[in-house]
Amino acid sequence: MEQNLKDLKLELSKNGIFTTTLEELYNWGRRNSVWPLTFGLACCAIEMIATTMARYDLARFGAEVFRASPRQADLIIVSGTVTKKMAPQVVRLYNQMPEPKYVIAMGACAISGGPFRDGYNVLKGIDRYIPVDVHIPGCPPRPEALIHAFMTLQKKLDEQTLRGESRPRHLHADEPSEFPVPEFGAHGLEPAQNDDVFLNETGNPLRILQ
Amino acid sequence: MSALPTAEELKAQIEAAVSGAVVTVIPNGSLSAQHSLLLDHEHARAVALFLRDHPDLRLDYCSLVTGVDWLDTELTEKIKVKKMVAGPDGAETEQEVEETRKTKVPGYLEAVYHLFSMEKKHGPVVLRLRTANRTDRTRVPSLTPVWRSCEFQEREAFDLYGIVFDGHPDLRRILMWEGFEDYPMRKDYVPPADDILMEARP
Repeated sequence: MEQNLKDLKLELSKNGIFTTTLEELYNWGRRNSVWPLTFGLACCAIEMIATTMARYDLARFGAEVFRASPRQADLIIVSGTVTKKMAPQVVRLYNQMPEPKYVIAMGACAISGGPFRDGYNVLKGIDRYIPVDVHIPGCPPRPEALIHAFMTLQKKLDEQTLRGESRPRHLHADEPSEFPVPEFGAHGLEPAQNDDVFLNETGNPLRILQ
Repeated sequence: MSALPTAEELKAQIEAAVSGAVVTVIPNGSLSAQHSLLLDHEHARAVALFLRDHPDLRLDYCSLVTGVDWLDTELTEKIKVKKMVAGPDGAETEQEVEETRKTKVPGYLEAVYHLFSMEKKHGPVVLRLRTANRTDRTRVPSLTPVWRSCEFQEREAFDLYGIVFDGHPDLRRILMWEGFEDYPMRKDYVPPADDILMEARP
């Protein structure tokens, strides 16, 4: 059935008739104008800047406009080490972005704390507090890796449907759009992770081992 | 470039200029032989002013303030004691026996200052200030009134080691947030257990 429809569309387009679906139009629009937030944390941000410049030219993917306000941004690239002092601000910026919004965790630090994991001051991965769409390993990842993450994100958006279980997160009425901002505690951030976000592969929240 | 007096000469100069000052030379056994001067709390600021303003020294620039945490240690030494020992035949005779004696050496926190002279182009002179212990008597006099460049570094030592600098104009935490209770650079600091990889580690 789906294949027939695709063939029909192709046949029609050869005859000068353009057909589309609302879903395709919606995903096409979302996919090709992902505007990132002007936001960098550490050395990964330098690679991110290089990605947007002429040599790597992120504009080819419709993401050349880095918005200086979270109100106008669709994507937050967490590029670098998230210190515990910075983590509440990162979550707050994410909360201020309008839906639909996406997160790329760029580099070893944003994923897990990286080489600073055992430090007293570094958050062990931003996915403890906000839902991450694409993780990029590397220290720092090359611009090609960021472009690959971008293409992965675009592919992910393209595969989402308007209805059904595979619809994007923001179309689920019960999915939250804002996440609690961690507080500065006496010994570290409180809570240490958001159990609603920080899931393992079985879907259960990851528990901290004592 | 004028030659800097040695640590011993400096000690003599300071003790002659600042009455009552107690200066101890802490030798550095490494090749650099960068011996340092341990100052007493009461005269530390007067000594600092002397080092800064003396026309031959003019140590006008404090480039580093470092915190050091010295844990409580146990000193083990072998001493010879005379003791009555039962021999194989049962008769007790006086013999010299080696015994190990353990003494607890209380730890302390230390602030180390590295001084240079911009004018004379010499340095460094290393000063040390020690707290009485690591727990409740962790005060040393601040040298910020003498060298303004100490301000943020003393705040950092206060933040990460818990050394309280008396006379500092604005002693707040600088890296960690207000309300944080630990001193993360102390050797007995235990970070909060928030690591999910703990089980996978040996």
